[in-house]
Amino acid sequence: MSNDYLIDRDGKKYEVIIGLEVHAQVLSESKLFSTSPTKFGGEPNTQVSLVDAAFPGMLPVINEFCIKQAIKTGIGLNAKINNKSIFDRKNYFYADLPQGYQISQYKDPIVGEGSVVLDLSSGSKTVGIERLHLEQDAGKSIHDIDPKNTLVDLNRSGVALMEIVSKPDLRSPEEVNVYIKKLRSIMRYLGTCDGNMQEGSLRADVNVSVRKQGEDKYGTRCEIKNVNSIKFMQMAIEHEANRQVDILEEGGKIDQETRLFDTKKNETRPMRSKEDAHDYRYFPDPDLLPLEFSNDYVESIKKEIPELPDQKKTRFIEKFNLSPYEANILVSDLDTSKYFESVIENSDVKLSSNWITGELFALLNEKNLEITESPISAKNLSKLINLIKDGTISGKIAKTVFEMMADGDKNPIDLVKEKGLKQQSDPKELEKLIEKVINENQDKVKEYKSGKEKLFGFFVGQAMKVSGGKANPQIVNEILKKKLK
Amino acid sequence: MSNIIDLTLSELVSNIKNKKISSNEATSAYVERSKKSKNLNAYNEEAFDIALKKANDFDSKPDFNKKLPGIPIAVKDLFCTRNIKTTASSKILNNFIPTYESTVTQNLWNEGSILLGKLNCDEFAMGSSNETSYFGNVISPIDKDLVPGGSSGGSASALAAKLTPATIGTDTGGSIRQPASFTGTVGLKPTYGSCSRYGIVAFASSLDQAGPMTRNVKDSALLLEVMSSFDNKDSTSVDFKRPMYSKDLSKDIKGKKIGIPKEYRVEGMSEEIEKLWEDGKKYLKDCGAEIIDISLPHTKFALPTYYIVAPAEASSNLARYDGVKYGFRTVGDNLIDMYEKTRSAGFGDEVKRRIMIGTYVLSSGYYDAYYLKAQKVRRLIKNDFSNTFQKVDAILTPSTPSSAFKIGEKSNDPVSMYLNDIFTVPVNLAGLPGISIPAGLDKKGYPLGLQIIGKSFDEQNILNIAYSMEDKINFKFNLKEWWMNE
Repeated sequence: MSNDYLIDRDGKKYEVIIGLEVHAQVLSESKLFSTSPTKFGGEPNTQVSLVDAAFPGMLPVINEFCIKQAIKTGIGLNAKINNKSIFDRKNYFYADLPQGYQISQYKDPIVGEGSVVLDLSSGSKTVGIERLHLEQDAGKSIHDIDPKNTLVDLNRSGVALMEIVSKPDLRSPEEVNVYIKKLRSIMRYLGTCDGNMQEGSLRADVNVSVRKQGEDKYGTRCEIKNVNSIKFMQMAIEHEANRQVDILEEGGKIDQETRLFDTKKNETRPMRSKEDAHDYRYFPDPDLLPLEFSNDYVESIKKEIPELPDQKKTRFIEKFNLSPYEANILVSDLDTSKYFESVIENSDVKLSSNWITGELFALLNEKNLEITESPISAKNLSKLINLIKDGTISGKIAKTVFEMMADGDKNPIDLVKEKGLKQQSDPKELEKLIEKVINENQDKVKEYKSGKEKLFGFFVGQAMKVSGGKANPQIVNEILKKKLK
Repeated sequence: MSNIIDLTLSELVSNIKNKKISSNEATSAYVERSKKSKNLNAYNEEAFDIALKKANDFDSKPDFNKKLPGIPIAVKDLFCTRNIKTTASSKILNNFIPTYESTVTQNLWNEGSILLGKLNCDEFAMGSSNETSYFGNVISPIDKDLVPGGSSGGSASALAAKLTPATIGTDTGGSIRQPASFTGTVGLKPTYGSCSRYGIVAFASSLDQAGPMTRNVKDSALLLEVMSSFDNKDSTSVDFKRPMYSKDLSKDIKGKKIGIPKEYRVEGMSEEIEKLWEDGKKYLKDCGAEIIDISLPHTKFALPTYYIVAPAEASSNLARYDGVKYGFRTVGDNLIDMYEKTRSAGFGDEVKRRIMIGTYVLSSGYYDAYYLKAQKVRRLIKNDFSNTFQKVDAILTPSTPSSAFKIGEKSNDPVSMYLNDIFTVPVNLAGLPGISIPAGLDKKGYPLGLQIIGKSFDEQNILNIAYSMEDKINFKFNLKEWWMNE
């Protein structure tokens, strides 16, 4: 498929190859190998067990719920679930790594190859998933509280992470944006990760390489560690790709290395080279037996899988006749799709889709709210849409009512009554009103009749104005056409 | 009535149950004797006052339904004990007081036992002579120049010197059976997964197993019965129906097939050991067992395999001792400097040696040639045993290739020290149960042991065989109490 994200140097075009290692925190009450809570924002070192702090003689015991969550996510990624996987120790020293090793999965991950479908403006694209494995998070080193010492908070130590490794199938910052959002969407539908990037529940290592357009061998890649927002990922990719192209253009060679993205300077800088790379001395953790489960177990979990965004999108298109674009917007966030489905229980689908993606999104955007915090409930929006549909109010009046509803989730039926906003649809009343308009504008009538048909709009406008905007425009049209013959 | 300290564990239990002896009397007797036995350097930490208080508590509200009612017991300083210093005989933990209790020791206390103190051992259980302890070497009550064996050397010395009626050790490559053999006592390493590893300072996780060290086989059965339990805090703990080992103990081993592995007849093995083994066979035949020659072809690879697997796991298990969270710390200029200074000063030579070996065999480029290969060989060694156990019910071997050696004799020759574990190590690699029982004396008058190896979770069988042999062997050692201070 065509790729329009290319880096241009005097007509020489470079393609950017991106692969992501996403670290998604498993949504779970307790940690991967201990019973400590995982709640975000606790006082430092208040959610730490003897296991998390690696006291002598303490042993890890797998949290079955986290295993289930990983399997669910694997199913959501259309991936192969491995009935046998192995936990390994990744050995390195750091102050916030109490065991001196991280328990991870190296050669035998719990989930194998899968795929994710991206909806791009140019069409849909499938991105390969290499694997998903479970691992422990480390603690947090805090360098900026005490001038002389580094402080360590172990609340996060031992929290379960899913590392989701993509194939190098992404080609632009925009695709990365869509990919991350899709992953997040799938995991939120599944309830396996809350996807909250501000709280660090979703972070990624970004692998970037470049090659001349048309070449099929990959260039040397650099890995940008631990980027925690989509915007930063995009900035980092853009910077890194350009840096690599500059080197190649000057006849240089890319060194395979790990880099850090400096969000303040908007640049990546080296962290360690391949030669300095850690030797992690992976080996199977002898404290844990290989993780084995039956096909029946996986099948029983499959039964718990809810409708996922892709399926929901197809259903919306087929059942409600929505456009792929509309359907995509409505399903990408689980809560939005829930809101939509709640509205359309009693209301017209097309109008509901328009009002949610139009007025409601604008309102939420303006107030910086999530749909779950919407000032207008699905129930009341549904009532408003029904008022439009049955002709009680016009679309224009509906916008005014919508604004009033936002102040305390007011019932639109009451508002229309209270404020007398009901549409004037009685033909006799309207006829009187129109006769008045015609009488007062005899000169315009003459002009109209002599062929200036554009003036029709003028008469409609006048009629609406006289009615205070409440006249039913359709009926006004019909009456005017008759009267002006 | 005979002296309290001369009673076996089982005898002491029945005397307390029959109210002939109080817990206070028993505990006082052992405290007194322990206090007079400091020359042995068996204790790292004494808990005598607490023990006496607990003994009085027991006596004031005795529960004679317990299996170890008011029985004082000193344990290896590798078991974490709540509020009692636990050091693994290392400088790096020399100020460490756990807030928690190991499952195995908790099982002892749950059955009415009382902690006397923590017994010296090799540092992090790495050693075969108890000479690597930060708190100095332990002396064997057998003779003042002798090592008690290791790593559970303090346990063996205290047990043989009657400073405790029984004790518990840990066995990663022979650390219970070898010191038992050196001191004329009974040491049992249970099947991997029988006793929980929770709360035991880890040396090599896939090999470590706690077990009883006692004066006779009956006591061993009783103590194992108390120690062994399924524990969901240890993922490698095995949930199986545990027999009542002491109740089911029987001398009926008629028709049992006992294998004699030809590969255990190693080069340079003394005639005394040969004879000991022959005598063992004879006793077994006398008991009605059938002797069968067997082959365990991969035996010669066991020691090198062990010295790859155990250090590899140890190098990772000991990474947590970094000066950050607990234990000993040396100030450094930065994090790395602090690590280096702390670990350089905190670990002894043998521990450092094994961390280096372990780090090396796991390194990229060497992993396949060492660690991976060792895992494959370990599988072959396991298969040797499982094939053999199609034909026999148990295997008889010497426990060690020689009797106890002199203090300092092997401390500068790690390989010759490692060779001491040649008969015990394969059992750990295969995860099987093994028991060492005293079987005779060499010409210097030092104890020698025989080892009986059983099928997985078949402790009852090897206990029964040991129990039958014990009778025939009728081992006697005249302990001269040369070390006692009056």
